[in-house]
Amino acid sequence: MTQEVRRTPLLQTVDLQKYFKLKGGSYLHAVDGINLTLYPGQTLGVVGESGCGKSTLGRTILKLIEPTAGKIYYNGVDITNYNARKMHPLRKEMQIIFQDPYSSIDPRKSVIEVIAQYMLIHKVYKSRAETFNRAAELMDMVGLARRYANSYPHELDGGRRQRIGIARALSLNPKFIVCDEPVSALDVSIQAQILNLLMDLQQELGLAYMFVTHDLSVVKHISDHIMVMYLGTCVEMASSDELFDNPLHPYTYALLIAIPEPDLLRSRQKTLHVIRGEVSSPIDPKPGCRFAARCEYCTERCSQSNPEFVEVSPGHHVACFMVNDK
Amino acid sequence: MSKHDKTMKTPEFQGVEGAPILDIRNLRVVYQTDLETVEAVNGIDLTIERGKTFGLVGETGAGKTTTALSVLRLLPANTGRILSGEILFNGKNVLELDETLMQAIRGNLVSMVFQDPMSALNPVYTVGEQIAEAIRLHNPDLTKEQVEDRVDEMLKLVGIMPSRKTEYPHQFSGGMKQRVVIAMALCCEPELLIADEPTTALDVTIQAQVLAMIRELRDRLGTSMLMITHDLGIVAQTCDAVGVMYAGEIVESGTAEDIFLAEKHHPYTVGLFDSIPNLSSRTSRLKPIPGLMPDPTDLPKGCVFAERCASCMEICRQEHPGVYTEGTHKICCHLFAAPSEKEGGAK
Repeated sequence: MTQEVRRTPLLQTVDLQKYFKLKGGSYLHAVDGINLTLYPGQTLGVVGESGCGKSTLGRTILKLIEPTAGKIYYNGVDITNYNARKMHPLRKEMQIIFQDPYSSIDPRKSVIEVIAQYMLIHKVYKSRAETFNRAAELMDMVGLARRYANSYPHELDGGRRQRIGIARALSLNPKFIVCDEPVSALDVSIQAQILNLLMDLQQELGLAYMFVTHDLSVVKHISDHIMVMYLGTCVEMASSDELFDNPLHPYTYALLIAIPEPDLLRSRQKTLHVIRGEVSSPIDPKPGCRFAARCEYCTERCSQSNPEFVEVSPGHHVACFMVNDK
Repeated sequence: MSKHDKTMKTPEFQGVEGAPILDIRNLRVVYQTDLETVEAVNGIDLTIERGKTFGLVGETGAGKTTTALSVLRLLPANTGRILSGEILFNGKNVLELDETLMQAIRGNLVSMVFQDPMSALNPVYTVGEQIAEAIRLHNPDLTKEQVEDRVDEMLKLVGIMPSRKTEYPHQFSGGMKQRVVIAMALCCEPELLIADEPTTALDVTIQAQVLAMIRELRDRLGTSMLMITHDLGIVAQTCDAVGVMYAGEIVESGTAEDIFLAEKHHPYTVGLFDSIPNLSSRTSRLKPIPGLMPDPTDLPKGCVFAERCASCMEICRQEHPGVYTEGTHKICCHLFAAPSEKEGGAK
């Protein structure tokens, strides 16, 4: 890939917001001012705990949910206000792999029908025979034996079902795939198979991934850049190695230290450092840093105004007063 | 309420200092339906020393939960069958006890924390009532006030304000619900706590809180524990001894040091470790175990792992491997078993 192409981001969001209106006129701030940039062929990991808005972010970017405010640029074009008809051709390029391989696949269609479905909708091939040939090729690509072509999803295990979801997402030759926790429902040995598959496909087809997950070890393995989300906001963004070597935001640090490592000596040496409290409510959040209530370095200022998202070193952005003041 | 009172009520279960609290010998469990027989647990041996934590690791369908349910005799009545084996709790075989005695044990001497706190709690009772129920059942002599005091004490122990005991489960977050479940499990000061994936449904920071709490309570109360998990990281943090389970068998067991630091391992254990993305070094590619666990209704004749094993030999498909022992470390694999030991191990 040439430098020229690299400079145009495949995807960019500017101050993207998604608020859900609740009964009684209050708002749930699911995604609150996210700026991200994704280049072709790269992987952006989005990590955070449940309810931090990472799935909503993925869906808003694909316009499966309408954003409340902000802009989404795809290949430099503003697609924020595209309607369903205008989005239709773009859907071929932007796909999603869902978290739950049990509920995201039509149980009444056979495996090959599920994979062929998108190609039929987009009329990619003239004949059904061609479409189904391509679907069979896709099955090979993701490592599903062709003998399962006429099986129904319930006959397959979670790992194979997730492969159907991947084959389906690849069927339209997308450039960008949102992977919404694609491995969290799977066992570790199957998880490793799927992660390898996703990385091979990326190399082969030059795909860009937005990889949404709560599992930090997975995200480190697969991502070029990582964004850490907390209650709808982005608290830290950096290259994968930089974030793990030099976490600056207290929340990132807490997340890293909380991972139980499968290493006896390290985990016995590790001093127990547990952050207190739980994620507060995203409904009409108070001004100030969202993490303030759980942060051990919290000062008065943290609960009064929002910390700016500042670039502290090239490519490393943090939103924290303590870090930014240094 | 003291340990003394409890053993008065169930004198048969007085433990002997130094003897293991739980000793499972050659346990075989199947789920039988008209159509098929699922061989869930196939002749496992497992020993938990008093005051220690035993980690049972394995993937979905390995038989971990079935083993736990067998200890409490909570297998589904119409399908679950224990074919053979002994489960010795404080030296007494629980498989021979009648239901009344079992009820005296459950929740009192042995209790369990289930994987999913959302479905382990009753949505129409307040959390206070649910904790009180367990206390009342096992201590009928306590007055209402004493029970309430004990509920408050338990909630404080797991870090929940006692004033919240009048709330219903839906008003609690996942982590808080799991704390309530743990409070229920610990309210009678059991001698053995079975924790079945206690943190799988929780976020990492909450998982860290719950694990730290479990460890602290275990150290303070001296409870022995059977920790069931699929996460080797949790095992490294909490367990003294480990058993790796695959397709209903314990393929490798030993102390935590044996499993994490020793040189020889069962190929499945090696595969499990290689499947986890390493945090400290950046590996370009994971080395997953190819294939899937064998169908438990149709297990292979030889080694259960043979199909997926990179070092599979001719003998692996023919004969069930014997146990190779090195001190406390046991590996069930043809790679290590000496020829003379093989015969005895074949089942």
